[in-house]
Amino acid sequence: MAEKSQVIERDALDDLLKVLREQGYEVIGPTIQESAIVYDRIDGVSDMPVGWTDVQDGGSYRLKKRTDESRFGYVVGPHSWKKFLFPPELRLWRAKRDDAGFKILEEREQTKKYAFIGVRSCELHAIFIQDRVFMGGKHVDPVYKSRREKIFIVAVNCAEAGGTCFCVSMKTGPKAQSGYDLALTEIVERERHYFTVEVGSERGQEVLKELQHREAKHDEISAAEGRTRNASEQMGRTMDINDLKELLYRNYNHERWENVAERCLSCANCTMVCPTCFCTTVEDVTDLTGQYAERLRRWDSCFTIDFSYIHGGSLRKSAKSRYRQWMTHKLATWIDQFGTSGCVGCGRCITWCPVGIDITEEVKAIRESEGGTHGDQT
Amino acid sequence: MGTFEPMVPEAYRVRKVIRELADTYTLELESVSGSPLHYAPGQFNMLYAFGVGEVPISMSGDPSQPHLLTHTVRAVGPVTQAICASGRDSVVGVRGPFGTPWPVEKAVGKDVVIMAGGIGLAPLRPAIYSILQQREKFGKFVLLYGSRAPENILFESELHEWRSRFDTQVNLTVDSASGNWKGNVGVVSTLISSIDVDVSNSLVFLCGPEIMMHFSILELIKRGFSKNQIYLSMERNMKCAIGFCGHCQFGPTFICKEGAVFRFDQIERFFRIKEI
Repeated sequence: MAEKSQVIERDALDDLLKVLREQGYEVIGPTIQESAIVYDRIDGVSDMPVGWTDVQDGGSYRLKKRTDESRFGYVVGPHSWKKFLFPPELRLWRAKRDDAGFKILEEREQTKKYAFIGVRSCELHAIFIQDRVFMGGKHVDPVYKSRREKIFIVAVNCAEAGGTCFCVSMKTGPKAQSGYDLALTEIVERERHYFTVEVGSERGQEVLKELQHREAKHDEISAAEGRTRNASEQMGRTMDINDLKELLYRNYNHERWENVAERCLSCANCTMVCPTCFCTTVEDVTDLTGQYAERLRRWDSCFTIDFSYIHGGSLRKSAKSRYRQWMTHKLATWIDQFGTSGCVGCGRCITWCPVGIDITEEVKAIRESEGGTHGDQT
Repeated sequence: MGTFEPMVPEAYRVRKVIRELADTYTLELESVSGSPLHYAPGQFNMLYAFGVGEVPISMSGDPSQPHLLTHTVRAVGPVTQAICASGRDSVVGVRGPFGTPWPVEKAVGKDVVIMAGGIGLAPLRPAIYSILQQREKFGKFVLLYGSRAPENILFESELHEWRSRFDTQVNLTVDSASGNWKGNVGVVSTLISSIDVDVSNSLVFLCGPEIMMHFSILELIKRGFSKNQIYLSMERNMKCAIGFCGHCQFGPTFICKEGAVFRFDQIERFFRIKEI
């Protein structure tokens, strides 16, 4: 496995997609759909948002033309990779009535073999977090596991940060450290456009072999480091995570929850765009004859009234309690449940909140009411 | 790969339906495949009414009879209504067992206080059976039961049976009653002061509405019990029972995995936080 950085020229990216397709992967990467960067099937670089960037802030997202031909010159869109590993709707089983009551019908699903192109470091961390949720406990999600084990990950190190990014605070980026097959850093210069490549696995090595590549020179490596540094310095947001779990545990009854509830629409956008949110509901349905039944699993959100319904009423009736549940889960209880934070600092919940509620501001408000930080600002 | 194994129910045939109260039924179920389901007192199953839905229901039967699954269900929603309406020989789906048990083994050599409110007696009945089956292993055994009214007393004939034993102290109260009722009136926590046990060497198993458990715990602590002697069963919405759906979160815990039975000191920090 190559330990040193390699270099591929700009047009080798198309060859990379081709090689992956030839190896049987369904290649998923960034596309432009509905004025946003959306991960979907791509057949070549021509399907990608070449020369586009995004401008993000609380409650605001706009695509904008760049002055260069960057392939990855934007940060993250509303969709994360979770929709491929943890599909928004999944049929868990089908059954038919019979003499013994009912019989579960056999189903054969060809497991999808995905190659993800352009996974950002924060998103890679989101995948690691969902690995713990779906594969780290007593029960394993068989669909997640079978898809997860087969994916080929081409990470991309961010060269620029977005207006709502705070991966540096969450220690999840901007450079991918592990868990990828290949990691690219895109370098666009006046005369040249190329990628430095880090190899993260044997499979990555095998794929790289198929592409024209060479070892990176010193100036190319430092150009790549410069891009990462640039992104680190551009973070649109910061969050002080010092003692964050205890801060929130101490403040279940803080007045800030009332304040945020006055703004929150309980629309659930933050949970849908979050790359780690994993809550689902189960629906049991029958056909019109009543002879066939199915069980479906669908993404759900702790912002719905139904979520906490228990004989006779909902437990979390107020928007205040629902926002508190979400944010406390993300930043505090998650740590007790899975050993990591549930937040990777991707900023999606800030960008896609229709009223621009900002998780970093909410944390700050609670912290400041206690007299500010207990440690170093990150 | 095809079906999502941990979410697939097994067919069970309804062998007997007992109407306990106006809206509460006990179903005795037997696996169609004939295989037993071993479980511990306090655990629950997901019961499935074909095409209607699935609900978490505690076992309420005798755990030493793994071929016969007993569940006591109150008909409050579409699924529980469908399950309660299942006739003899009809089929329901079962997934389980899930959750943590009452610590019956830990109570060996100690006095045991079982406190139940309303239908909360059902999840405790397997523990009562287990204790009575090996009665000599325990010290004093006290059962405190409170129901809303005399007509809501669950498992009434068994309560009479247990009360008639010389080795069991059964104390019962109702929240309100007409003049014909000659028993105790008042919430179940008022019974705590009357019990005769070695407080320092006993365990308490508690199950009922959260508000009832809250006041009972206050009384128990007043009586000298420590928080780590009190076990209680919590309830939240559950959709999957395997820790994936997120609905049953209670603070940092998933009630389906780390509960439903908790030792009080382990959840005290989150207990009674409004709308948690």
